[in-house]
Amino acid sequence: MTRPRKTSAVEKKLVGVADVVITAAQRRKDPTLAIPIRALSNVSFNERRGLIEMGKRKQARSFFNVGMAKKFMQTVLVADALCELQRANLTTSLREIYYRTKHTIKDSHENTLDTQDESDPLIEDLEVTLAALREELHVRAENAGSIVGPLVLVDDGDRVDCAKLGKGGYSVPSIVEPEYLQIKKCTADFVLLVEKGTQWNRLSEDKFWRRYNCILLTGNGQPPRGVRRLARRLHEEKQLPVYVLVDNDPWGYYIYSVIKQGSINLAFESQRMAIPKAKFVGLSSADPEAYGLPRNVGIKLNDKDVARARELLGYTWFQKKSWQEEIKRMLSSGLKYELDALANKDFQYLTKKYLPRKLKERDWLD
Amino acid sequence: MRDQKPNPSKSSSPATQPKPAAVSAVEMGARQREISVSEFFTKNRHLLGFDNPRKALLTCVKEAVDNALDACEEAGILPDVVVKVEAVANGGAPLPASQASRFRITVTDNGPGIIRQQIPPIFAKLLYGSKFHRLRMSRGQQGIGISAAGMYGQLTTGKPVQIISRTSPRSPAHYFEVQIDTKKNEPRILEKKQIVWGAPRGTQVTMEVEGRYQKGRASVDEYIEQTIIANPHVKLTYHTADGETKEYPRTYDQLPPSPREIKPHPYGIELGMLLKMLQDTKSHSLSGFLAGDFSRVSPRLAEEIAIQSTKIMAPPTNCLSPIGERAILSGLYQQIKGEFYTAVSRPPAVYRGNPFVIEAGLAYGRGPEQAAASAEKKAVPLAEGEAQDNDHELARVIRYANRVPLLYQPSACAIYKAALDTTWRNYGVSQSRGALPAGPMVIFVHMASVWVPFTSESKEAIAEYDEIHKEINLALRECGRRLGAFLRRRERAHSEYRRRNIFELYIEEVVESCNRLKGGRLSTAKLKEQLQKMAMRRTGGEKTDELMAKNGSGPEGLPHSIIVTPEGIEGEVPVLVSEAPEAVSPNGAPEADAKPGKPSRPTGKTRRRAKAKRETSRATARRKA
Repeated sequence: MTRPRKTSAVEKKLVGVADVVITAAQRRKDPTLAIPIRALSNVSFNERRGLIEMGKRKQARSFFNVGMAKKFMQTVLVADALCELQRANLTTSLREIYYRTKHTIKDSHENTLDTQDESDPLIEDLEVTLAALREELHVRAENAGSIVGPLVLVDDGDRVDCAKLGKGGYSVPSIVEPEYLQIKKCTADFVLLVEKGTQWNRLSEDKFWRRYNCILLTGNGQPPRGVRRLARRLHEEKQLPVYVLVDNDPWGYYIYSVIKQGSINLAFESQRMAIPKAKFVGLSSADPEAYGLPRNVGIKLNDKDVARARELLGYTWFQKKSWQEEIKRMLSSGLKYELDALANKDFQYLTKKYLPRKLKERDWLD
Repeated sequence: MRDQKPNPSKSSSPATQPKPAAVSAVEMGARQREISVSEFFTKNRHLLGFDNPRKALLTCVKEAVDNALDACEEAGILPDVVVKVEAVANGGAPLPASQASRFRITVTDNGPGIIRQQIPPIFAKLLYGSKFHRLRMSRGQQGIGISAAGMYGQLTTGKPVQIISRTSPRSPAHYFEVQIDTKKNEPRILEKKQIVWGAPRGTQVTMEVEGRYQKGRASVDEYIEQTIIANPHVKLTYHTADGETKEYPRTYDQLPPSPREIKPHPYGIELGMLLKMLQDTKSHSLSGFLAGDFSRVSPRLAEEIAIQSTKIMAPPTNCLSPIGERAILSGLYQQIKGEFYTAVSRPPAVYRGNPFVIEAGLAYGRGPEQAAASAEKKAVPLAEGEAQDNDHELARVIRYANRVPLLYQPSACAIYKAALDTTWRNYGVSQSRGALPAGPMVIFVHMASVWVPFTSESKEAIAEYDEIHKEINLALRECGRRLGAFLRRRERAHSEYRRRNIFELYIEEVVESCNRLKGGRLSTAKLKEQLQKMAMRRTGGEKTDELMAKNGSGPEGLPHSIIVTPEGIEGEVPVLVSEAPEAVSPNGAPEADAKPGKPSRPTGKTRRRAKAKRETSRATARRKA
């Protein structure tokens, strides 16, 4: 330690993992970490708050158990690596954590970790156990989102005017907490979160955001945490309504639900990520008829789609009558539709007809 | 085909004969003539195991060695055999063994020798021998083998068989060069003389044959090695065609008990056989015939049989000479590296009136040396996606009939089939449907009988009689049960050991990580000690070492078994020290290091082993350094 430095709360939490081992050893007890279970069985939907919340059930990970010993050891190793990040004030990726913690165990030919698949869940375990967000642990994901619109951000002291970034927009970083990214100015009326980059490009190219005074956001598929968190901040701090535009298939529905209520796996982060008031503008299973999309631009639902749709029907947060109808309508039609299918009518159909009519008719699901 | 049929009446059906080519019965009759066995086998040499050059070379060596061992054992002499295979130049420059097509085979034994008059017919007359007409166990049966080998040599190289034989130090050695007259099946003597021969007693046969020398499965080398496993009482020196010399010392100093000749047993005798025996018998009464010409039929029993069906004692077994559990163990242990050995001799049984004994053995595991070698190979840390080594090698079945290894046609053999349909999974060995069990394992099965039912004259596979199949199965199951007990015991100890081990491994990591988390201000030694104490308590402490047999517990409850651990050997290891000072066992048994003894030059195999051993110890030293 060359210079005195304030210990962060997260660092203290990480050091706590070592304390678990030391205290247990002193008391001759089996060192055990209590890790909240990240599964459907341990989440509940809080209807009042409109969020998926994590339950109280925990699993014990003990060191002196043949089946868990290695995982326990790996967990402590990852905690050590995360603490190193805190102390050096660096951020890193999941993959680098994996490489940082991989080595041969002394006097053996065994690796601490064999693949990244082993270390990734351990980081999530530590997130939920220590109640620390991944951002707080200084672990970032790829920049996988784009934003454009009447919005001024400050990133690392650089002013970013999202209205002056051409059609490419600004690449949403993985960590968008106020310490790293500030919203300087925002004059938009709403946020439109689009599932696919192609539709976002269409809307951006057509300057849809200018005409309708909105912010265009995409996560290229399942939106990464940065995109979700930024949408949430715009919703919370600037009181902007959030509309979600996804494909008409079970995966699209689920993306919407993750934005709205949070995911099962990271339910503990719902309170910082979810946007319970987000609206589903499309593509709805009612749209093909309402907008006259021909049947032949649909795709037959495969077995996986059907199974996934049935699962969604069972989730407590899909129990609204309108949603049950929506999903059942898709199942009975036996078809799914991509947003791209709108191009069948016109290349600019999305910008010029579909969205304007949707917004005008306030035709969305809650 | 027609002129092979001795009965001319079949061909005299004028209705089916086309007119112009009509041949009279007289003309046809004139064409009929006897076929000599020699002529028959000249055309059908594949029936005797001479289908291709590689197999032919093996068959020739095999016939000569079998004859030598039979002769020694019958005379009560511990066999001392020298086998030499040399590549012979065929006109041009001498070729390396792997490319040569002509070989000279010389087999020398220390047996009783052959009297002068008998030498030519024994080596140059098919179906001439002492073993066919009696019910007594021996390697050879029909009296075809060695003469057929000589005939094959004669046909392919034109060279006669050369024999030297001497019956005692007092009598002279005789040298013969003989060939077979294939038309008459009679020996033709090209040369005979008395010579001076170094050996006081014994026989040497030399043949020159067309062949191919290639190592690997079903090679001469494999035959020799398997012969030694089943005949640990044999001392054998093998000079390979490559010029290598392999010494196989005698490891078991007892000659197998000499088998006695017996009469057929009433069980399983067939009607035709019974009728033939009735014709040949010298007895005048039925009971006299029964008592005189069968085994285990007393005059009183004969009376009973003559009246009604009855129970008869199992056939006598003194006509058989099983190898014995101790000798099988010794053979397996000396020749195959492993961790576990066991052997089972079944009580005698009968098929078709012929008594037989099934013996089985197992060698399991890789042996300490090989295990160490594979551990060394893994010393490089594995990168992502690099598979752990998982070998799916299947068990090897080595088959014997009257102590002779069977190298061809495994899938046609009763032994192989019985090994297949033994449920090895019950004994902790994995086995896919319709396949041999998987794992480092050698399955040894020996059938000893006065008459082994081969599927063909080339004696490659044992025919599948129900009684034989059942006996093999019972023997293999017993071996399997013992293996299962061994594996379970080891597995239990291993899992305890592994638990301790992984905790010990991971404790280091956990303590180091905790220390870093605590900013390097942790008393690591104290934490490590606390955790290690807990690890010891939780995994049964000292018990593990006991289970791993480090404290010297024997192979309890496992009769006729040997267990080899890196620490040493448990169980009865029958080793003959008196005659084999250079005996280096593959398992590095302690007795191997014992004798500083004679300054004997280590040869062939032993030399290779010694080298391997040196390398292993060097590697160990390296690791320690």
